[in-house]
Amino acid sequence: MNGAWMAQRWQRNPRFGLVLIALALVALPFVVGAGLGNTWLRVLDFALLYAMLALGLNIVVGFAGLLDLGYIAFYAVGAYIYALLASPHFGLHWPVWAILPLGALVACGFGVVLGAPTLRLRGDYLAIVTLGFGEIVRIFMNNLNAPVNITNGPKGIAGIDPIQIGGHALTQPLEFFGVTVPGLALTYYLFLGLTLLVMLAGLRLQDSRIGRAWVAIREDEVAAKACGINTRNVKLLAFAMGASFGGVAGGLFASFQEFVSPESFSLMESVMVLCMVVLGGMGHIPGVILGALTLTVLPEAFRHGAGPVQQALFGQVLVDPENLRMLLFGLALVAVMLYRPSGLWPEPRHRLELGAK
Amino acid sequence: MTVLLEARNIGKRFGGVQALKDVSLTIRRGEIYGLIGPNGAGKTTFFNVLTGLYPRDAGTVILAGAPLALGEPHRVTQAGIARTFQNIRLFANMSARENVMVGRHARSKVGVGGAVLRSRTQREEEAAIRRRADELLAYVGLLERADALAKNLAYGDQRRLEIARALATEPQLLALDEPAAGMNATETAALRGLIEGLRRDGLTVLLIEHDVKLVMGLCDRVAVLDYGEKIAEDVPAAVRQDARVIEAYLGGSLE
Repeated sequence: MNGAWMAQRWQRNPRFGLVLIALALVALPFVVGAGLGNTWLRVLDFALLYAMLALGLNIVVGFAGLLDLGYIAFYAVGAYIYALLASPHFGLHWPVWAILPLGALVACGFGVVLGAPTLRLRGDYLAIVTLGFGEIVRIFMNNLNAPVNITNGPKGIAGIDPIQIGGHALTQPLEFFGVTVPGLALTYYLFLGLTLLVMLAGLRLQDSRIGRAWVAIREDEVAAKACGINTRNVKLLAFAMGASFGGVAGGLFASFQEFVSPESFSLMESVMVLCMVVLGGMGHIPGVILGALTLTVLPEAFRHGAGPVQQALFGQVLVDPENLRMLLFGLALVAVMLYRPSGLWPEPRHRLELGAK
Repeated sequence: MTVLLEARNIGKRFGGVQALKDVSLTIRRGEIYGLIGPNGAGKTTFFNVLTGLYPRDAGTVILAGAPLALGEPHRVTQAGIARTFQNIRLFANMSARENVMVGRHARSKVGVGGAVLRSRTQREEEAAIRRRADELLAYVGLLERADALAKNLAYGDQRRLEIARALATEPQLLALDEPAAGMNATETAALRGLIEGLRRDGLTVLLIEHDVKLVMGLCDRVAVLDYGEKIAEDVPAAVRQDARVIEAYLGGSLE
């Protein structure tokens, strides 16, 4: 089996390519688990969570062109809904299939609450307001422990129930036809499935009447109105859809960590998700996923790789890998934006048009 | 001929400037109605008030017998008035076909649920939108450029694409804001052919234009605005002889 043969098969039958990708995705947690250990398996799970988040934000920023710097607030809402309804904090232990849709719904409501007063704003002004909104949500989580203890304040909520499917907790390994699948790999499959669903929803929305209306608003709001688009409703819809994806991802995050606290939902997180969307290729779904995977895996690689590489080169660790990580990460961002301003994997049509000129 | 649109006593003020004062005009079904006037006379302001972009200070508009809710552009479009813009406003990074497909928004209805589930209704509606878009692209002669991004089209093509997009909203009245602006003689002739075709197909057209020759040759009736007031409304031949019109354009009488 050589490369040329594979490429030929691929061209003759795109389905063959899909099968290969599916096999690779199924095998991935075993390869990573065996080769790099559980730390990396966790990184992989987080990468999928971020992919979901980035896909949600892509609807708001990439499609509708509304710059949202407080997106992590919806992630926080989803996470706290899960934490409150499935932990010893209130003694509630709702099943995951009840909480996740509820989290999506509540986050969706928050999306509308944020969207409604900001409808007239665009660009920088919208960014500032959404930034404020994100901080407000975080500060509420931080302070809602008095007079009535709802969120347990900065200490956060611990002991959150792991996700259970058919009575099996995803933290436990599962025997499957004689193969032991570790809990982290089970989580990976669940997250992968949900990410694919979110991706499919995004792709279908993009190629629909609503998706076109979003892009039309991004391109020229006045013209969009003149085309009969109710820009108020369609923008709110973008906020609501993006927020509900964020809410689902937040619920998964809470169950995966088994702990939530306000510090997980800082402005830096909003900025990271925005970076994933912009760096990957705004409005292009495969690009956004690539951006999310890159920006989750790369910093981890720096963290783990920088120490040993220095040891090998200089015989000692000169710079703390933790510091070096952010430096290299920043440089990578600058480089990508300079040399690929429309992202790592922009919409091929746009690239084609640029190339044709 | 029946009356399609009746504007009564439209008024609009920007701070201290009275941009429109008591403008009333009547457009009959199936005619090409020209709106001309010197620079700053209030033509585009009238357009923007009519299509809901600016809130009006006074007056009412009756479209096909029903009062028009002004102030919300998308509802004006839904009611049946489509427009183009003086400085072309296309969705630059969408293809020509997609631009026209956006125009179908008001005449289609499947929402998020249908789109995500790809329901049967959604697929049928989507196919119908696409079919109609291609018909309209063919109508304005842009079908072979359907997949080109709007921003990469030639100037004259962009103007025609904007008209196709407006037609996609199924208007009763098509309002064109200086469609010939910046066009050369050949392009203007092609545009003229297109507008005459629209009239033949039964559409009513409101035309703002600087090119007096084009207006006089094309329009069934013409209204003249000057300093926000209507100073004449008649067939082109009569308007051309009108003393007030000559004065407005030449800044004095011809004696």
